[in-house]
Amino acid sequence: MSDPARRLPTRASMSSGSDRAFQYLILALASVIVLVFVVSLYLLGKDSWPALQRFGVEFFTQRTWNPVNGTFGAAAMITGTLVTSFAALIISVPLAIASALFVAEYAPKWLANPVGYLIELLAAIPSVVYGLWALFVIAPVLARWQITFFSPEYPERLALYTKCAGIWANDQTTLQCFFVPSSGAGRGLALAIIILTVMILPYTASVARDVIRLVPADQREAMYALGATKWEVISRAILPYARAGIMGGVILALGRALGETLAVAMVIGDSQDILKSLWGNASTMASVIANQFGDAQELLHRSSVVTLGFILFFVSVAVNLLARVLIGRLTPKGVK
Amino acid sequence: MTPILSAKNVNIFYGDKQAVQNVNLDVQPGTVNALIGPSGCGKTTFLRAINRMHDLTPGARVSGQILLDGENIYAPGVDPVAMRRRVGMVFQKPNPFPTMSVFDNVVAGLKLAGMRNKDQLMAVAERSLKGAALWEEVRERLNTPATGLSGGQQQRLCIARALAVDPEILLMDEPTSALDPSSTAKIEELMTDLKKVTTIIIVTHNMHQAARVSDTTSFFLVGDLVEHGPTDQLFQSPRDERTEAYVTGRFG
Amino acid sequence: MMSTATSARPPLKPGLSTARKAQNMVMGGLILLATLLVVAPLILIFVYLIREGIGAINLDFFTKVPAPEGETGGGLLNAITGSLIMLAMASVFGVLIGLAGGIFLAEYPRHPLMPSIRLVSDVLAGIPAIVMGLVAYGLIVLTFGFSGFAGALALGFLMIPIVVRTTEEVLKLVPQTVREAGLSLGLPQWLVTLKIVLPAAAGGIITGIMLALARVAGEAAPLIFTAFGNPNVNFDPSKPMSALPLEIYRGATSAYDENQRMAKAGALLLIVLIFVTSLLARRFSRKV
Repeated sequence: MSDPARRLPTRASMSSGSDRAFQYLILALASVIVLVFVVSLYLLGKDSWPALQRFGVEFFTQRTWNPVNGTFGAAAMITGTLVTSFAALIISVPLAIASALFVAEYAPKWLANPVGYLIELLAAIPSVVYGLWALFVIAPVLARWQITFFSPEYPERLALYTKCAGIWANDQTTLQCFFVPSSGAGRGLALAIIILTVMILPYTASVARDVIRLVPADQREAMYALGATKWEVISRAILPYARAGIMGGVILALGRALGETLAVAMVIGDSQDILKSLWGNASTMASVIANQFGDAQELLHRSSVVTLGFILFFVSVAVNLLARVLIGRLTPKGVK
Repeated sequence: MTPILSAKNVNIFYGDKQAVQNVNLDVQPGTVNALIGPSGCGKTTFLRAINRMHDLTPGARVSGQILLDGENIYAPGVDPVAMRRRVGMVFQKPNPFPTMSVFDNVVAGLKLAGMRNKDQLMAVAERSLKGAALWEEVRERLNTPATGLSGGQQQRLCIARALAVDPEILLMDEPTSALDPSSTAKIEELMTDLKKVTTIIIVTHNMHQAARVSDTTSFFLVGDLVEHGPTDQLFQSPRDERTEAYVTGRFG
Repeated sequence: MMSTATSARPPLKPGLSTARKAQNMVMGGLILLATLLVVAPLILIFVYLIREGIGAINLDFFTKVPAPEGETGGGLLNAITGSLIMLAMASVFGVLIGLAGGIFLAEYPRHPLMPSIRLVSDVLAGIPAIVMGLVAYGLIVLTFGFSGFAGALALGFLMIPIVVRTTEEVLKLVPQTVREAGLSLGLPQWLVTLKIVLPAAAGGIITGIMLALARVAGEAAPLIFTAFGNPNVNFDPSKPMSALPLEIYRGATSAYDENQRMAKAGALLLIVLIFVTSLLARRFSRKV
C-alpha cells in the first residue's frame, strides 16, 4: 500500500482551494470596474429623468436654455461641442501627423527622443493650466486685433462691424459676418477652438508616432526601391499602411475634445445664444456643466445639466466603440 | 562583354564595424548571379549597396565604386532616387502595399515617375504580370486588394512590381525563404525567363537554389568575397578550400 | 532580347524632375515647421509660468492660506494639503481596484468575464472627468455634502482605467516561463501571481501608478462640485477640501491680481510636480 502522505493531492486540496479564493477575490475587486460603470449609468439616468421626461426629444432640438423661466434645450451646447471639437480636430490632425512623421521619420535619434518626450508632456499639462494660459496670454493677443474693429482708426473694419452688428441684431449672420469679431474680449468660440487644438494635438501625435514606427521596414524599402522620394515613401507607403492606427489616434483625440471641460469653460464665454460670430461667446455641454451645476438650485435646471453629462457619457462610449470598429476595418490584413 | 554592374573595392561599414571588405565583382548582362555564404557573411549587406539602400540606415557607409553601365552610382551628384529606378528589388518576405489593389501595386513605380495614361499603365501592368508568370492567375481580379493573393502569388506580384519600371538589374534578397516548396519552384523557374529582360543578383542561403538557378556564384565569408566564378565550377571544383568546405556542407 | 532598353534609361544625374524634388523639400520643410508649432505651446506655457509665477513661490506660499479677496500675501497651503490628502485617498481606491483589474485581465485571460471587464475599463478611460464628478456628486455629496471623500472618489474613478491598462500590459510582458517555473515548484497559482509575477512587474506597475497620479493631480473639473474647495487648511475628509487645480481655476477666473498671481504660482508648482513625476516614472520603468 502506498504511503498516504505521498499520494497525489486531490482537487480539494489546500492549494486549489486557495487558488479559487484568490480568483474570487480578484474577480470581486475587478468587478468594481463594471459596478462603477453601472452605477454611473444609473445615477446619471435617474438624475436626468426629470428633464428628459419634461422636454423629451425637444431637449436635443430646442435652443432656449433659460433657467429663469425653466425652459431647457441643449441644442446650443450640442452645437458648441460639435463645432469646437471638429474644428480643433481639423486643425490639429495634420499638425499632429506632421510632428509624428518628424519624430519617426525625419529627426535623428538624439533629437527624436526629446521632441517625442516634449509632445508627451503636452498631454500632461492639466486642463486648468491651459485655460489659464489661454485667458492670460492668448486672449489679450486676440483682443488687440478684435478691438481694431471698433476703432475709428480703421474705418473699413468699423464699417464692416457696424454692418454685421445690424445683421446680428436680427439673430442672423452671413458668411462674412461670421468671421467678424463681435466683441473685443478675446474670449469666445475661437479661443476655445485654439486651446482645444493645442490640447488634443499630443493624443493624435503620440498614437500616430507609435503606429508609424510600427510600419515594417520592408514597406518603406519597397517604395524606395521603386525610385521614390522620401515624401513619396511617406505618402504612398507609410501613411496608407498606418492609417488604421492614425484613425484610432484621431478618434481618441475627438473623444478628448468632446469631453474637455475646464480650459474650454474658462475661455468660451458661457453663452447659450445662437452662434453669430466665430469670435462670439458660446458654450459646450461640458462647459455648461462646469459653469452651472454648482449654481443650479431648481430641480429642472439641475436635471438638465446632468442630462448634458448623460449625453457626454453616451457619446464617449459611442466614440470608443466607433474607434474599435474603424480600426478593425482599416487595419491592413493578409500580408503573407 | 562589358559588365552591366561592376563593384570596385567596395567596403561597407556600420558605424565603426566593417561588414564588407574590399569586394571586386563584375556582373554580365542577362545572367543570374547568386551570392551565397553563411548568415552574417555580408552578402545581403553587399546586395543592398547596389541600390544604395544603406543611404537610409543612419551610421551605414559605403566606400569604393559600384558602376552601373559604366557609371559610378556613388559618384557625387548622383540622385539615389533616380538611380533606384534602374535597380529593382525583391525582398525576403512578400511585401505588397496592403492598401492597394493588385493593379495599383504593379504600377506603383510608374505612377511615381508620373505616368498617368490608363491604357499605357494597363499595358505595362499586363506585360509585367506576364513577365512574373502571374497574369493568368490575377487578370480577373486586378482591382481586388493585393493582400487577397496567396504568399507565392504575392511574391510574384512583388516581382512584377519591380519589373514594371524596367530595371537593368533585379536584386533578390532570399526571395523564396518565406515560401512553400511549390511557390519556390515557380519563382526559380521564372528566373530563367527573367534573364531575357534583366540581370538578376540573388542572395540565397540555399546552396541548391544557387546551383539550380544561377550562372555565376559568389561566396562570401565574414565580409570577404572569397571566390567568384561560374556556378558549375564553383560548386564542382572550387579554388578556395573555404568555399569547398562550405559547398560540401562542412560548415554554415 | 539582350538589351530591352526600349525606353530611355533615366539618367543618374541630374536625376529627378525638379517638381518631385521640390515637393519632397517643401513637404519636409512643412513637417519641420508643423513640429515646431506643436512643441511651441509647451515651451511658451512653461516660460510664461516661470516668469509670472516664480515670484510668488516663497515660504508664505507653502505655509499660509490664501489672503482674503482684495488683500495681498498668503499662500496655497490649503490647496497643497488638500491635493495630497485627496490623491492619497484616491490612490487607495484607484490602485486597489486598478491592480485587481489588471491582474484579472492578464492572469485569467480565459475567464468568461474577461472581455466585458476589459471593454468596460477601456470605455471608462474615455468618459470625461467632469461626468465622473457628477457621479461622485450623486453618490456622496447629495447625502453627505461637499467633502474631500467625494473629490477623492471622483479622482479614484479616473485612476482605475489607467492603472488597469498599465498593469495588464506589464504583467503580460512577464515571460510565461517565469510563471511555469513557479508552478513547477509546486506553488499554487495565487502565490505565483503574488510572489513571483507581481514583483517581476513591480517597476512597470509603479510607473503606471505614478502616471495615473500625475494625470489626476491636475484635474479640477471633477472637484468643483465634490471637494468644492476650502479657504482653510482642512485635514478632515468629510468636510470640503481645496486642491491645487481648484485654486488655479478660482484664481485664474478671479478679478483680483493677487488671486491671479497665486493661480500662476500654483500652476507652476503643479506642472513642475507633474513633469517631475512623469520623468521619474520614465526613469523608473527604464531601469527595470
